[in-house]
Amino acid sequence: MSAFDLYLLAPELSLAALALVLVLVDLVVRNKTVLPVLAVLGLTVPLIFSLILWFDLSSGDTMQMHGMFNTLVVDKFSLFFKFLLIAAAGIVILSSTDYVQKFARFQAEYYALVLFATTGMMLLASTTELITIYISLELTALPIAALAAFMRDGRSTESGMKFLVLSAISSAVLLYGMVIVYGYTGTTSLPQIAEQIGNLSLLGGSPFGSNALLFGIVLMIAGFGFKVASVPFQMWAPDVYEGSPTPVTAFLSVASKAAGFAVILRVFYGAFPADMLSLDWSATFAVLSALSMTIGNLVAVRQDNIKRLMGYSTIAHAGYILVGLAAVTARTPGAESIGPSGVLFYLGGFAATNLAAFSVIIAISNRINSDRIDDYAGMARRAPVLATVLTLSMISLTGIPPAVGFWAKIYLFSAAIEANLEWLVVIGVVNSVISAYYYLRVVKAMFLSEPTSEERVAFGLPMQLAVALGFIGTLIFGIYPTPLLNLARTAAGALLS
Amino acid sequence: MEFTGLLSAVVFLPLAGAVVIALVLRKYSHARLFAAAVAIVDFILAIVAFAVYDTNAGGIQLVDRLSNWIPGLGDDGFAVQYLLGIDGLSAPLVLLTGLLGLVAVLASWHIKLRVREYFIWLLALQTGVMGVFTSLDFLLFFLFWELELIPMFFLIAIWGSDPKSKREYSAMKFLIFTILGSAFMLVGILVLFFSTGTFDMTVLPDAIRGANLLLPAGVVFSLLFVGFAVKLPLWPLHTWLPDAHTDAPTAGSVILAGVLLKMGGYGMFRVSVSMFPDVAQDAAWLFAAAGVINVIYGAIVVMRQTDLKRLIAFSSVSHMGFVMIGLASVVGVNGTVSTLGLTGAAMQMFTHGTITGLLFLLVGMVYDKAHTRYIPDLGGLAKRMPFLAIALLVAGLASLGLPGTSGFVAELLIFLGAFKMWAIPTAIAAFGVVLAAAYILWTIQRVMFGPIKDRFADITDVSGIQYVPIALLVIAIIAVGVFPTFISDVFSSGVEPIANSLEQVAQARLR
Repeated sequence: MSAFDLYLLAPELSLAALALVLVLVDLVVRNKTVLPVLAVLGLTVPLIFSLILWFDLSSGDTMQMHGMFNTLVVDKFSLFFKFLLIAAAGIVILSSTDYVQKFARFQAEYYALVLFATTGMMLLASTTELITIYISLELTALPIAALAAFMRDGRSTESGMKFLVLSAISSAVLLYGMVIVYGYTGTTSLPQIAEQIGNLSLLGGSPFGSNALLFGIVLMIAGFGFKVASVPFQMWAPDVYEGSPTPVTAFLSVASKAAGFAVILRVFYGAFPADMLSLDWSATFAVLSALSMTIGNLVAVRQDNIKRLMGYSTIAHAGYILVGLAAVTARTPGAESIGPSGVLFYLGGFAATNLAAFSVIIAISNRINSDRIDDYAGMARRAPVLATVLTLSMISLTGIPPAVGFWAKIYLFSAAIEANLEWLVVIGVVNSVISAYYYLRVVKAMFLSEPTSEERVAFGLPMQLAVALGFIGTLIFGIYPTPLLNLARTAAGALLS
Repeated sequence: MEFTGLLSAVVFLPLAGAVVIALVLRKYSHARLFAAAVAIVDFILAIVAFAVYDTNAGGIQLVDRLSNWIPGLGDDGFAVQYLLGIDGLSAPLVLLTGLLGLVAVLASWHIKLRVREYFIWLLALQTGVMGVFTSLDFLLFFLFWELELIPMFFLIAIWGSDPKSKREYSAMKFLIFTILGSAFMLVGILVLFFSTGTFDMTVLPDAIRGANLLLPAGVVFSLLFVGFAVKLPLWPLHTWLPDAHTDAPTAGSVILAGVLLKMGGYGMFRVSVSMFPDVAQDAAWLFAAAGVINVIYGAIVVMRQTDLKRLIAFSSVSHMGFVMIGLASVVGVNGTVSTLGLTGAAMQMFTHGTITGLLFLLVGMVYDKAHTRYIPDLGGLAKRMPFLAIALLVAGLASLGLPGTSGFVAELLIFLGAFKMWAIPTAIAAFGVVLAAAYILWTIQRVMFGPIKDRFADITDVSGIQYVPIALLVIAIIAVGVFPTFISDVFSSGVEPIANSLEQVAQARLR
């Protein structure tokens, strides 16, 4: 391991170090409120390292920097996700403070686990090798399973257990897929896999070989499908979302999903470029996308619990994002698609929106001790600011201006139209209509129903910060999406090169 | 980069006002006064924009363009402009929106419930509608089209008529119908973008002619048309309208009938007919048929209504049918397309906005005073409220197309324009005017005349500020009736290029 490797790994290393520091500080400090402050301030270190790497890439003439025996790649694509994940982790920590103070013990461990999971996700976005991908995935999954069970009551334990078991199964499936791909190509490095596939196709690869490869790819799609909670691998999501501590739910729905899509883009762009394969897996993504959107939205309509509703909503949004993946792969050879930048922009916008929504949900449920939508009645009067923020989030998730979700959806659907997937876009827009119904039910409860009590919902400074950050992101990028869009385009450009 | 700024001010002033109310003004009386001030200034700005528009020069004027709002990058040509401008078609509609915006604020003076919030939504709504009429970038147009949804949803759902469950149902129905229409519209817009590489509505008509569309032109046309048809609304997509109108607060109904429906008609002019002259001519029979169905169906259903607001709502369905009849004249005769029918259709939108706006305003006042909209319970109110009765009579007579009122001009132009190619449908639709005369007069007779009921003994006429919105609209109706040219000339300058391009297509077909 050379110094250059350390330099490339600096964001991840500093993040893991921060987690350890937190645990150590916890041993000596009595006042536990310093922990989240330290965690959030500490996050600036990996952020600065990532920024340095970004500017290094901008000034140099290379698009990518490789390290760690070519298993690690730092490009603007991976850095985009590092920024996104650090921001998400920061907001989740801010919105956790009120929640975590309820715990008598293990406060530092909570934050440390969040940071460890973030480390795994960041690694996931910057590796180009199957085994490293697998290890990073596990590094992500285990802390999350612990976090899901953190409340140690029946529901929380169940959700942690459920996540652990199903995650293990999906990892096994993924690993099996990787093994088959390895068996076919003889390498675990993504670029070399693509190369091998290219050579074999040129040699007129045997039908059996290509079917075996297809089988491997399908298994990998199944494994990744679990991570991003796409139908038909979504079973775990609603239960885990409902049972986990709400900040963990927020973390799962934003960060975990972003990392999942990062690795999907990396693998399918790096190892299986569509123009090299005779087999068409864009159709697979298109079908998964249509199913996720439709099932997620239809089931969400019937939910009374806001966390469950957000769970199904997240499944639906995985479907929308898959529209972009289907478009990526349906592109005509040679022509670049706006699919990948669409996916990245969507993930960025979705992160801001969902974190805003969850911050509000955490603040409210902290106060009223309920996640039932009916109990949100009259929130517009009890907490006008929170109600406004949640309304904007719901509008954004529906895809109505002036929120970032509007542009995210339009941009992704553009990619699909460009790829001649008009049918998928029609399904997508009809789904937006369905989603309007249940998102607005939350708004209706807050603004239209009479409050059950006149008590105001107060919340602390860190929470205010979290709510404000999510809200500003949702609104600013809703009015002027260009900066985020250009960032996504640059990052996607790095992936394509 | 051109930037006049006037239209941007017209569009965003109400939204800025809404933000000020939300953040600064704490007292409801201040909020109300401030909203009125904003509406007055916005109306004046709209008048200025209308007056400044030079009919002789024609074309797009008062352009505000920021071409790098969302620039394309590299291979990614997804570029969206901030582009506002008006032509002869949109200038009068901007004027109408300014007028009705002011009327709506003044008509809401008596609102007692959550006043600040109410004016915030009302002003935000104004921005959305103004934006639709002025934006010339298709994606910006769509943005404003969607922006109007949420304010209207709240206006109906919170300040609508009792019971609560009914008004919430109506609000949700309005929202779902509109959003469904616009969902298909979005697909159409994106298909056009990737076929032509631009969202700019000023160049799209030419770009589409030369382009190889990703989907057949008829399909794209239909996708877009559905969005407009829901808004207009065309039978059978009209079912949201009676519910939404009936349950909306007075100002909501005024805006809904006065300008929101016009968004549908405007879209048909600006998009369906201008961008797809070929398909529009093929579909002209559909316009005519849809128009006739709307006119006759609406008129017949009106007859059976016992709720005063529902009655006016269905009369809207009937009257918006005339717009379609006018649009059906796009097919032309022997390769010539006259501007007559199109101008008439545009005029009908304007006059319907003022007339039905006034009808809803008056009916709302009757409801506030009599606490019922059930027609059999009303009667003889003219004795107690003479001013209101006279105003209602003016609105009613204008609605049935009495010469000297604005309603007459529009319908005459439509019949003149459409008769040559659609003799039978036009004749049937003209019968709708007879039906209108019947239901309007019958309604006024039942509500205003006859013996007065005992419980209306101490009912009072309009007073104070309520005179102002009524007077504004009555003046508009009479003024346009007597001097129709000051609106119709502008409209006809706006439809002329559309008619020209239609004519080219028609002549190409003759050869």
